[in-house]
Amino acid sequence: MQHTSTQDTLVGLFVASGIAGLFFLALQVSNLSSFTEQDSYIVTARFENSGGLKVKSAVSSAGVKIGQVKAISFDPKSYESVVEMSIDKRYSTLPDDTTASVYTAGLLGEQYVNLDAGGSDEYLKDGGKIDVTNSAIILEKALGQFLFKSAAEEKK
Amino acid sequence: MIEFLQNLGKNTRTSFTKLGRGTFFLLQTTSGIVSVLPRPRLLLNQMHSIGVLSFLIITISGLFVGMVLGLQGYYILSDFGAEETLGVMVAASLVRELGPVVTALLFAGRAGSALTAEIGLMKATEQLSGMEMMAVDPIKRIISPRFLAGFLSMPLLAALFSAVGIIGGQMVGSGLLGVDEGAYWSQMRANIDFQDDIVNGVIKSIVFGFVASWIALFEGYDAIPTSEGVSRATTRTVVNSAFSILGLDFILTALMFGD
Repeated sequence: MQHTSTQDTLVGLFVASGIAGLFFLALQVSNLSSFTEQDSYIVTARFENSGGLKVKSAVSSAGVKIGQVKAISFDPKSYESVVEMSIDKRYSTLPDDTTASVYTAGLLGEQYVNLDAGGSDEYLKDGGKIDVTNSAIILEKALGQFLFKSAAEEKK
Repeated sequence: MIEFLQNLGKNTRTSFTKLGRGTFFLLQTTSGIVSVLPRPRLLLNQMHSIGVLSFLIITISGLFVGMVLGLQGYYILSDFGAEETLGVMVAASLVRELGPVVTALLFAGRAGSALTAEIGLMKATEQLSGMEMMAVDPIKRIISPRFLAGFLSMPLLAALFSAVGIIGGQMVGSGLLGVDEGAYWSQMRANIDFQDDIVNGVIKSIVFGFVASWIALFEGYDAIPTSEGVSRATTRTVVNSAFSILGLDFILTALMFGD
């Protein structure tokens, strides 16, 4: 057991570098550091159609990500899509007449919720509701309307 | 025809018997882990020969795998004008699949075969039965520390492999090919989820470490105690480990990432 202490050092180095690798993956590579569930509050919005929105889609305002979609469900009474969003506590000063719209990032990009701040003095609270919403633009629908319109114009 | 059926029956029976012996061996080994804890020196020695000595091959392979991913990813993604997502591609494929799987395959080749040969030779030279004569349980003294060391080393090695690979991909991507470094990291951070990707990758590597060490130790312990028997057992370790790792990877992926 002559080399015991060098062996100990090597094993120590190995374990330390393995754990450092894990930390690197957790903090540098994943989204663990950028957003945590604890420091957030929940806001719900009802959309006529939430399109391709998914759980964990981004919620952003003025182009900055401020939260993410927590749950999406269908309300069988009003036939609307109910979207629960968790928004970072740092941005707790959104007015309660904020408008929520489902946008698409780029032509083929992912869909996200955009919040446009309104002018009210009251702020949205935890569990609050956003009343004014704009649905996702469904490409097929828009194309259909466009074609229908141009056909109608030709008839005139 | 009759002979074929006889052989089929015999082979099926022997493979089930072997599986049974393997399960019994696994139970003995896991129950022997308790007696390793008061003797950390045994574990440390094995961590050295299994973990530390695999360190170099794992990090170098990880670096090159990451660099290749960076190159190939860049060629394909630049066709779609999506070079910025290179970081996501490299990190997702490493953390989810290549990290655990390639590490486990290298681990089976580097550490697993060595374990089988070592234990098979101990058996062939009657060291194991010698220990039994001295009332030392070879499972507790020889097998369990190696099992625990393999089980603990695998996740660390897989994490190292992925981390080094991601850095390698960044070196090639933004160093050689001119992908924006900020985009590489920020896109990666936005799309790699801690729970879904990192934790599942670590779970995979733990499962693979468990299976690869089990197979390596069992094949050694079960080897026919001749030089040919040991050589066959070593081959079987590598083959069976590769099969089990790849098969399990499919099952685990289907369970974990099935949205």
